[in-house]
Amino acid sequence: MRKFVELIEAIDSTTKTNQKVDAILRYLQIAGEEDKVFAIAILTGNKPRRPIKTTDLRVWASEMSDTPLWLLEECYYVVGDLAETITLTIPPSMPQKDFSLKGVFEDIIILRTDQPAVQKLKVLSYWSALSGSSLFVFNKFLTGNFRVGVSKKLVVKAIAKYLNYDEAVIEHRLMGKWNPFEETMGTLFAEEHLEGKHFLPYPFYLAYALEGNPRELGDLTDWILEAKLDGIRGQLIVREDEIFVWSRGEDLMNEKFVEFLPLKDILPNGTVLDGEIIPWKNDRPLDFQLMQTRIGRKNLSKKILEDIPLVMICYDVLEWQGNDIRDWPLAKRRQLLMEILATYPVNGVLLLSEEKIFNNWEEAELYRNQARQYFSEGLMIKNRNSPYEVGRKRGKWWKWKTDAMTIDGVLIYAQSGHGRRANLFTDYTFAVWDNGALVPFTKAYSGLTDKELITIDNWIKRNTIDKFGPVRSVKPELVFELAFEGINLSSRHKSGVALRFPRIVRWRRDKPALEANTKEDLLHLINAKHESTR
Amino acid sequence: MGRLLTVDENGLYCKQGDFYIDPWKPVKTALISHGHSDHMRWGMQHYICHHHTLPILKLRLGTENSSQGVAYGEVFEINGVKISFHPAGHIIGSAQIRLEFQDEVWLFTGDYKIAKDGVSTPYELVKCDHFITESTFGLPIYHFPPPELIYQDINSWWRQNADEGYNTVLLAYSLGKSQNILAHIDPSIGEVYLHGAVANTNNALAEIGYHFPGKYISPDIDRSALRSALIVAPPSASDTPWLRKLKPYRIAMCSGWMQLRGARRRKGVDRGFALSDHCDWDQLNQAIRQTGAKHVYVTHGYESIFSKWVTNHFGIPASILKTVYNDEEEESEL
Ligand SMILES: [Zn+2]
Ligand SMILES: [Zn+2]
Repeated sequence: MRKFVELIEAIDSTTKTNQKVDAILRYLQIAGEEDKVFAIAILTGNKPRRPIKTTDLRVWASEMSDTPLWLLEECYYVVGDLAETITLTIPPSMPQKDFSLKGVFEDIIILRTDQPAVQKLKVLSYWSALSGSSLFVFNKFLTGNFRVGVSKKLVVKAIAKYLNYDEAVIEHRLMGKWNPFEETMGTLFAEEHLEGKHFLPYPFYLAYALEGNPRELGDLTDWILEAKLDGIRGQLIVREDEIFVWSRGEDLMNEKFVEFLPLKDILPNGTVLDGEIIPWKNDRPLDFQLMQTRIGRKNLSKKILEDIPLVMICYDVLEWQGNDIRDWPLAKRRQLLMEILATYPVNGVLLLSEEKIFNNWEEAELYRNQARQYFSEGLMIKNRNSPYEVGRKRGKWWKWKTDAMTIDGVLIYAQSGHGRRANLFTDYTFAVWDNGALVPFTKAYSGLTDKELITIDNWIKRNTIDKFGPVRSVKPELVFELAFEGINLSSRHKSGVALRFPRIVRWRRDKPALEANTKEDLLHLINAKHESTR
Repeated sequence: MGRLLTVDENGLYCKQGDFYIDPWKPVKTALISHGHSDHMRWGMQHYICHHHTLPILKLRLGTENSSQGVAYGEVFEINGVKISFHPAGHIIGSAQIRLEFQDEVWLFTGDYKIAKDGVSTPYELVKCDHFITESTFGLPIYHFPPPELIYQDINSWWRQNADEGYNTVLLAYSLGKSQNILAHIDPSIGEVYLHGAVANTNNALAEIGYHFPGKYISPDIDRSALRSALIVAPPSASDTPWLRKLKPYRIAMCSGWMQLRGARRRKGVDRGFALSDHCDWDQLNQAIRQTGAKHVYVTHGYESIFSKWVTNHFGIPASILKTVYNDEEEESEL
């Protein structure tokens, strides 16, 4: 286990991805064959389920460290991670013998079925035999959220280097759930499995942002315009009776995007589609944020599948009946795409990205400016005759995004961040003026530099008016420009409005609080939006 | 009779003696615990501090205002209040301030640590009735390794970086931690350079006989030619063009916060050394036990948590004393 822990330390001690890959590679070169399989399983998120209730862990740690439970909870709030909190709080022990990674893994699986008294005995004995990073790693197994700063992609990269194979090939081999007790390095990466290529996607063709005037693109009828949706770009591949869903980051997403898996029996072999995967319910898109939440979940519960179903809005077909048709003109590919979607019973999961018909560029511009009310981010503009190119190319595909809305708000409440920002006030609530009073209208976090955060944190400490639990109210002095993607009336919010994706654009040091925006300005943004729909 | 020390809008106030301790607004008479900027502010008519804080006062605030240096243990009186300064072990010149009036003893720790850093005068235990303590690291998750071990780690890390052709940049507060590090590095490994803020502090301390290794990186030094060197800079230098010129480098933050993985990640540094000039959990508890205080007041840090702990665990009534000192371990300075 010690070599594995050293690997975790090495990964943890650098922010540079190539150093992380090197660390994994070094581990693979020196670790025992048996442990390697388990290390790969753990690093790629294929690890034992949480064997013990975290409330039990808290109680035992509290007893062992003579720390009252309330104080342990406060520590947890600051640290943001129970395993680390326990590691830092229980009395240090002398490092003793090394354990095999497989043995620890086995013990943890057995723990789940043990009686609580037996569980406690076993956990306490590990706690008094481990220290430092080994203890931390063990505790992460116990809390079931072992996630070191390394993505599956980096692990794949390291294994690919180690075995001297293509990354996509390794990614394919590690697809799905596999049992480390039933595999060896030999069975996992046997030669015969590593030869095929049928699961590989085509390189994505990416659009450039349109900065100038679209009229310079010439005749509108030369172009196909589509709504630009906010989702994850994906390629859907059906070949050799298997299906693969690749994201643009070239990650295999089969395990996350399960609703597409049945398509393997519906679409014919030799089909590759390109599109945007978005959350969709009741005939309209859901917030992209919801999709992020879903992706972040380790287990896709029935509820989450019902609440946040995914669809692919298809806009291209790259392969049909096993033939690469990327050099066909876009118009012809779209025609085929429409036929495919009409012929095969894919309804509900694959939808067509509709062509938007405008009479002139002015109409297109109007749509683009109001794109948000159609749940889109703007327009895609693609040349009718364009082939499907490789990578980001200028000239034939453009994205024309709508501008974010902004408003200046006054900082009125601050709260310390959780976890990594626990000792800084980083969670802010902003207000706008309403008849001489400030009404809170949104929270926002991201967007400031560390340096600004520290300066503001110091300012908050000096300008606190009141404390309510973890929240501080501060002198209404600092003004921030906030951007957001959408705004709606809301009865759940005190201010009566709800923002979509609010974020801090910059600190307006130049603006006194009195010159911040008003509630009327917010309502005006909503009205402007609704008027334009009529 | 009211309390000897109370907090008003200017700072910690002693009515009987009509003076303040570490005030945050301009007042007539200010007793200063140490030279960090949140404790020693501009604009006081009269400053009283330890002798070794005087050069810092001069460096940071100029010399226009009248100031007076006292020695550790020297007792003086203001309107019947007996005052003395005692080593706090925090930085050079740092003091706990003891006040005695009508058989009651109050002690203000300022910032302090019991662990010996090998540079500042070690902490002295002072018995008292009323104990005003900081609580920067007042949670049982903070257990700092002995400074000697950290110095060893720093040296071996520097050696490893130097062998691989990298410069080593250590981010450390320019007054206190920078000197502690400089006093313990192994000069045989390579050359040592200083950011201006550290060099200025060292020059000021040289006036009172403290000497530390390291050359100031003046603008005419070609920074891009440095290899395998050690560079000590304040945290505010991170992510600046100044730093980028020192490439290739590996960078570490030296702060008690580095004990938490999240804090290390947030700083975006290659390494974190949990080197602190404050008490950790055990040191804070040791101080409370040994001073024999009957009342405890908790300032900057985890005030509410730590005062609850002291009340429950030691059975000593403890309350929060609201101040505006901040934690200089994270402070950005210019
Ligand atoms: Zn200090
Ligand atoms: Zn302080």
